Amino acid sequence: MSYATLTQKRPLPLNLLISLFIILWVVLAAFPFFWTVWGSFKVEPDFFSRESWWNAIFGTYTQAQTGGTFTGDGYYGAWVTREFWRAVMNTAIVTVSVTVISLTLGTLGGYALARSGQRYAFWILIAALVFRAMPHITLVSGYLLPFFQLNIWGVLPTSIIVLVAINQPFTLWMLHSFFLSIPKDLDESAMVDGCTRFQAFRMVIIPVMWPGVVTTGLFSFLLAYNDFATTSMLLSADNQTMVPKISSFLGSVQEAGNVMYAVAAVVSATVPLFILVLFFQRQIVSGLTAGAVKG
Amino acid sequence: MPHKTFFAFILPSLIAMVLFIALPIVSVVVQSFHVEHQRVLVEVENCQPFGGCTTEVRVDTAAMAKIRAEQPMGMFNGLGTYFNRGHLAVAEVGAILSNNAGFGDAVSRIYNLPFYKALSFTLVFCFVVTPLAMVLGFTIALAVNAVPRAIKGPVIFFSLLPMIITPLIGSLILYWMIQSNGIIGATLQNIFDDPTLSLRQSPALTWGSLLFYGVWTNAPFSFVVFYAGLQTVPGDTLESAMIDGASRWERIRYVIIPHLAPLATFVALVQLMDNFRVFEPIVGFSAESNATSLSWLIFNDLSGDSQLFGSAGATSVITIIGVVILLSPVLVRTWREFNHKVV
Repeated sequence: MSYATLTQKRPLPLNLLISLFIILWVVLAAFPFFWTVWGSFKVEPDFFSRESWWNAIFGTYTQAQTGGTFTGDGYYGAWVTREFWRAVMNTAIVTVSVTVISLTLGTLGGYALARSGQRYAFWILIAALVFRAMPHITLVSGYLLPFFQLNIWGVLPTSIIVLVAINQPFTLWMLHSFFLSIPKDLDESAMVDGCTRFQAFRMVIIPVMWPGVVTTGLFSFLLAYNDFATTSMLLSADNQTMVPKISSFLGSVQEAGNVMYAVAAVVSATVPLFILVLFFQRQIVSGLTAGAVKG
Repeated sequence: MPHKTFFAFILPSLIAMVLFIALPIVSVVVQSFHVEHQRVLVEVENCQPFGGCTTEVRVDTAAMAKIRAEQPMGMFNGLGTYFNRGHLAVAEVGAILSNNAGFGDAVSRIYNLPFYKALSFTLVFCFVVTPLAMVLGFTIALAVNAVPRAIKGPVIFFSLLPMIITPLIGSLILYWMIQSNGIIGATLQNIFDDPTLSLRQSPALTWGSLLFYGVWTNAPFSFVVFYAGLQTVPGDTLESAMIDGASRWERIRYVIIPHLAPLATFVALVQLMDNFRVFEPIVGFSAESNATSLSWLIFNDLSGDSQLFGSAGATSVITIIGVVILLSPVLVRTWREFNHKVV
């Protein structure tokens, strides 16, 4: 008898309590997003209403100011007037490059770590664990001065390499434990048949490693996409990615009375994450649990 | 695997980590021993045909530029930066301890020193958010496990959102709602019938809202891991517990919780590490007047017009030491396990 069938005989009050709790949690988790998406199509006096938040639902001032109950002014202001599309392009370049490079380095390194029983492989993993725990901003304070001197501060390639490096510890751990789950016999029998180690990796391991690589890739993508500490310090104002751009919006926009630009930008930056979870929910869940169940 | 092949495989990754993680740590340590150059002042005599002569003191920009070019790090300061008022504040703490009006007074005066203020919020955030988020996550996992399969997918989808969201963006979304003219803030004003109520006005409320954000964004991770763990609870054990007359609660307490204990250690560790670097919510909530964290102190030193590399370096080194202390139980355990395996 499985756990699920065992627990089916539940008294009614308990069932009600469970349903109520789940509804409460889903509202708590999801409502802020829906509210902000809804509000981003209103004008500021509605979304940040001093009178009553019913204004945000009915769009009283939006009606008065623009003639319709919904308005795209916030989006126009952010994307066109304040050139948010540049930040979107930069984010696309940074996240894609970081994901591809980290996975390339990570699969090679993770494979080596998984197949080597040497003591130094263990020490590399431990060092990676410590590096993984390091707050990113502490590293940034080490980058700035050398980068100023080498004159490579402010451009996208620098941030990409830095994010790849910051990402490596996590990627190595994840792929290392994934490669451990691929039986050793597979590549060793290829080597018995005369392959070199690299040929075995290319012809035997690469074809079977994609599930693990996709999962790891998702998390590399998220790290690059969600980063604020590194990119806000290492990119010049022209090269900013979305998150630092939004943060710099806040200061300038609040004074000009254009908070809705920031709201629209925030919603725009949330959409890709929404889509990501929609399509890769299973991989994200398995990635989160992979480390846990094995560790 | 031969050493040569091993290093051929891992070299690119190793180079990236050495260049951009290990060397920066060295650079941070070196920086923390240096402090910005003092200004070079020159006396300039300013004579006007009819006004006589006046002398004024100016900053000698040419000389400054020369010194900066020669020694970009600044002057050597040894451990001076670590002990000054902005960091460990040894002299100030000593003075407070030797001369204070009771325990409460001493604590509140130490709390007002910038470093200790940041440290206390960082630690409170770590050790309040982590357990609360784990309890909430575990409860959600139990509840979701009990609902029909068709509902599980959507519930998991919505549950992932607070975790996957960019921290800065997530905190902004919540901040806009709890502002006094946002939906939650306004509702709270109505409920308590206090039109001046604002989550930013008092330190306690700011801390409360930051901790709420922390639990909101951390709970999904515990939920997902515990939910996966629940699927592996052995049915036989549960069944025999039922036959022995264990109640629903006793089954959770004596079968499920012990089964999930190793997972809980893992979750606690990951979340402590992540919460120790708490930074974005403080920026998102504009909470810096009431709550700061170690990461925020470093960020604050580095941004702004005068970049205080020495000061940022010292805070970074102290933070890194904190991380290592936090991690030490795990490091020791992993090391023992590894030795065990080899022997």
